[in-house]
Amino acid sequence: MSTRVDLTPMVDLAFLLITFFMLTTTMSKPQTMEINMPVKPGPNDPKPPEVEASRVLTLILGKDNQIWYYEGLDAPELKNTDIKGIRQVILDKKAKVEAMPQFGKDKTVVIIKPTDESIYKNMVDILDEMAINDIKIYAMVPVTPQELALLKTGNKQAEQQNK
Amino acid sequence: MPKHKMKRMSTIVDMTAMTDVSFLLLTFFMLATKFKPPENVTVVTPSSISDTKIAETDIMQIIVDAEGRVFFEMDGQPIKKELISKINDDQKLGLTEAQMNKFAIGPAIGVPFNELSSYLNLPLGDEKTFKSPGIPTDTTLTDSNQLFKWVAYGRIVNPKARIVIKGDQDASYPNINKVISTLANDKIKGYKFNLVTSLEASTKKKEE
Repeated sequence: MSTRVDLTPMVDLAFLLITFFMLTTTMSKPQTMEINMPVKPGPNDPKPPEVEASRVLTLILGKDNQIWYYEGLDAPELKNTDIKGIRQVILDKKAKVEAMPQFGKDKTVVIIKPTDESIYKNMVDILDEMAINDIKIYAMVPVTPQELALLKTGNKQAEQQNK
Repeated sequence: MPKHKMKRMSTIVDMTAMTDVSFLLLTFFMLATKFKPPENVTVVTPSSISDTKIAETDIMQIIVDAEGRVFFEMDGQPIKKELISKINDDQKLGLTEAQMNKFAIGPAIGVPFNELSSYLNLPLGDEKTFKSPGIPTDTTLTDSNQLFKWVAYGRIVNPKARIVIKGDQDASYPNINKVISTLANDKIKGYKFNLVTSLEASTKKKEE
């Protein structure tokens, strides 16, 4: 009688166990990434103290991933783009502020105003753009009623253009 | 008749080496991984270029799914046990020891306090099919904002815990804002927190 044992079923068993462990466990250091978002609202003064309107870019996050923007703290009219176009807008503003003699590097301020119609992805994408474009001063504040009214007319115009 | 016949060779392969390899792989997976806690809510996080890795321990996770339901989770079974007993005392829920143990090994919690007892009575595994309504989160810090209580007790139980928000990319901004404004409070000092994102390749042009 031969003493050789056929090991094929043993290998099958071992691979079944491997598959079980592969599917029901996670590697101990998960690869999830994170954005650090230090937010300081509340008792501290929410408005940045005395920012000159000439170095401010305001972005309003609207619905359907649209971003409306204008320069300064108060809007005469709104222009709109999407998340791909906003990078150029930010870079242009940054270049303008750096060229101004009274400001220089790292002085561009971006005010981000998410509306109730925007989604979380819009917010994270904009924060990402802050990091990509190296904007050091930015803040998230609520939208003003005047801006909401402007937004409504802006949306109507955009719809009429698309027709 | 040919003079030389082909010798009949055995077709049996020696499987010893194969078993060695497979058991090595098995041992690797057994030692290098740990069991995933059963997930009861799927979230697709937005992507970002940020590549700071999330901490392994001492985190307090607030999950917001696409419908705006809020879930709360902490890591570490003894911590979760302490948390639920504190909540039990504060809210006078009358939870039994068995229910509290179930909480400690279970997934993220997404039910209001008054439904906690019946949720913990569900047989193991049913938690996935049960549709949790989410923790009530109001913008006003009255007693109806239960997320505030969870985070406050979480802070007491583990002062080192970092607050992490894991939001679905399609969650509407008002829902996220509710969570953020709940955290911005002197009692829990949730001014600094992290957002969980998935990795995105950096499209930044390298500066010369």
